[in-house]
Amino acid sequence: MLARVIGHVVCSVKDRMYEGEKLLVVQPINPAGQSAGPSFLAVDAVQAGIGDQVLVIDEGGSAREVLGKPGMGTIRTVIAGIVDAVESSE
Amino acid sequence: MKIGKVIGRVVSESKIESFEGRKLLLVQPLDENKSPVGDPLVAIDTVRAGEGDLVMYEGGKEAAMSLANWFNPCDAAIIGIVDEVGL
Repeated sequence: MLARVIGHVVCSVKDRMYEGEKLLVVQPINPAGQSAGPSFLAVDAVQAGIGDQVLVIDEGGSAREVLGKPGMGTIRTVIAGIVDAVESSE
Repeated sequence: MKIGKVIGRVVSESKIESFEGRKLLLVQPLDENKSPVGDPLVAIDTVRAGEGDLVMYEGGKEAAMSLANWFNPCDAAIIGIVDEVGL
């Protein structure tokens, strides 16, 4: 899904799988850039920063694959790309 | 993952085996500004969180995977204690 990075989270006590990972707060958006639904947290795999438009995967198996941590685990949501532009005829 | 605040605990003496020794906590979901969103939920604790802690929690099958036997009937699991949210 499309989202915008709106913040970061610092977490010292966490599940082992999250060690070394950056956690960001993302706000889902529609193609026009307007907010669409409540914000949530995602693990960053692409060095995204606050204000960036990003691609988010909210499926655990794929997310752990992107992070190079396949198999069972508690990671479900990952930022898998930084969006440069969205083109739409609508 | 979502952010929430631990607002209480749930005591359950008779529970399924995979919950033995685990704490069940009441979590109020919060938005990025730490304002309450929706109703509190019950989550299993994996990080020794306590009442008043700001936590992150996960739902779905990833919550169940936080327990030793991943095939558990578990809706939500607390998987981290949040020190700071920077916007």
